[in-house]
Amino acid sequence: MKTSFIMNASARYVLWACVLLSLFVLLRGHNEPGGGFIGGLIGALGFVFHALARGAGATRAVLRLQPLTWAGIGLLFGILAGLPALLLFGEPFLTQQWLGATPIGTTVLFDLGVYLVVLGFALAFVLPFMEA
Amino acid sequence: MATRADWLLALPLLLPLLACAATAALQSRRDLQRGITAVTAVGLLLASAALVAEVIARGVIASQMGQWPAPFGITLVADLFAASMVAITALMYAATALYARGDTDVLENEALWHPLLAALALGVGGAFLAGDLFNLYVWFEVMLIASFGLIVLGGGREQLDGAVKYAMLNLLATTVFLISVGMMYGLTGTLNLADMARRIPEIENQGAVAAVAFLMLAAFGAKAAVFPLFFWLPASYHTAIAPVAAIFAALLTKVGVYALIRIVTLLLPEGHAWVAPLMWFLAAGTMVVGVLGAAAHWEIRRILSFHIISQIGYMIVGIAIATPLALAGAVLYMLHHIVVKANLFLVAGVIRRAGGTFSLATLGGLWRRDPWLGLLFAIPALSLAGIPPFSGFWAKLFVLKSGFDAGWYVLAGIALATGILTLYSMLKIWMEAFWKEVPEGTPELPPITGATRWLLLAPVAGLGLITITIGLWTEPFAAFALAAGEQLASREAYITAVMGVIRP
Repeated sequence: MKTSFIMNASARYVLWACVLLSLFVLLRGHNEPGGGFIGGLIGALGFVFHALARGAGATRAVLRLQPLTWAGIGLLFGILAGLPALLLFGEPFLTQQWLGATPIGTTVLFDLGVYLVVLGFALAFVLPFMEA
Repeated sequence: MATRADWLLALPLLLPLLACAATAALQSRRDLQRGITAVTAVGLLLASAALVAEVIARGVIASQMGQWPAPFGITLVADLFAASMVAITALMYAATALYARGDTDVLENEALWHPLLAALALGVGGAFLAGDLFNLYVWFEVMLIASFGLIVLGGGREQLDGAVKYAMLNLLATTVFLISVGMMYGLTGTLNLADMARRIPEIENQGAVAAVAFLMLAAFGAKAAVFPLFFWLPASYHTAIAPVAAIFAALLTKVGVYALIRIVTLLLPEGHAWVAPLMWFLAAGTMVVGVLGAAAHWEIRRILSFHIISQIGYMIVGIAIATPLALAGAVLYMLHHIVVKANLFLVAGVIRRAGGTFSLATLGGLWRRDPWLGLLFAIPALSLAGIPPFSGFWAKLFVLKSGFDAGWYVLAGIALATGILTLYSMLKIWMEAFWKEVPEGTPELPPITGATRWLLLAPVAGLGLITITIGLWTEPFAAFALAAGEQLASREAYITAVMGVIRP
């Protein structure tokens, strides 16, 4: 498939713009609308655009790992976010822990996990269609 | 404070969740995936055994995830029934994971097999421990997604055909369930099962409760393959590869039965006189349709699929009568049935390997070629038909006794007749596959030897041993089932464990 020169040239920048925007949405989700789910979808959009312009093979090279592997890593983050409560603080699983009075805590890790799971699954679903 | 209960309730979900994440992340490392699955199987067995021990010692236990108090947060709760189901799920995970190591169909798709199997165990375990309706729905979804993946493993046209039917009908049932959850929330203002159980008697419009509950029972009935919503099961199960069919047959319909028992005992205990006659009708229809369907088929997996349905009928008998003894019968029947059914599907897989086909017409002479296989088939087959001294005899006895005690003679009679027809189907498989001479034109396959033979037959023998153990050393199992039935019939312990002491 021949794609336009403009699309081809802009693919890389659109990809990183999308990833940056998705990370902003991810962090904004802490107290305002946003979060891991919508962030992951925006991120996936960037990669899908990249795949449209340059082919799924090039996108897989940018991703380095298999999409499902990213989803697995995300799931691990989600679990890790819930474990400190159980292991260290004697509280039920998923009780969120905070770094003193700061807004930084295990929820950030949990949201990042959601982000990666959504991103990974979306790409694991879409990329094979572009290769077929 | 994290008590032992917090740990024990979280572990049966944490372990398969970790296994799913790790085996998905390590897709290219076959050896690591196998190691993780093996460690998870052992860990899950130990954790669920500890959970059962704790529930026996302390009664119903509950844990509020993330310290969000009930009825607002996610509650995990285990009574004897739920704990035993979690334990048997762990057993099924271990048995199919071991069998899969010798199964060529799995070995070709191993990268996906490990995460999907763990996800299925996660969904099933979550459904058993969920303390609120919405999470029950979420766990059903987890289970469904994993099972879609598993049923297409093997990747042929036949699998895809089965998967489409399975997916469509199950999605429909899940949607009906979600709608009924929403309506129930509208009626009671809560999703937590224990809270809902307290509030339902206070609702004026009991007709609306009945309508929503009926919708919910229809959704779970479809999941449990109850007559007249069973048709998706025989349309799809026979296409899955052997270990997948085994774990589906063992667990998926039983989650539906579990949910039926929970809803009927917790939410509809009194004042709903329509439940018992409805269940009578469903139980009788399910038993008869299942066993007649099995009698008509000549393909081993189709016969076994129809027998899942007929056996579900026995469990529904327990729900229909709903005395503590009848509920104990349903619990014992589920425990027995899960072990036996998984075992039969695993044996069917070995028969395919040994004889080249699932079709009874072209099979033959297996008894002379492999008497051990014949013996390992005979144990679950006779147990399924309810022949003493195997587990099925005691399970049927419980159900029949509660039926006669309650004066439900017709239903008990149907159950007895179903048992006899079950024996007919099992004898049919035995006569055709094992006893008759090899039909002419059937090529002789080389015997299964070496490590593969051990990997395939070890889980079969292990499950057979459990069947015999329940059959011969019945007392602790019967006592456990009776205690579980008592707990289900009187719901106070469950509600108190979840909600804490009720403030005046």
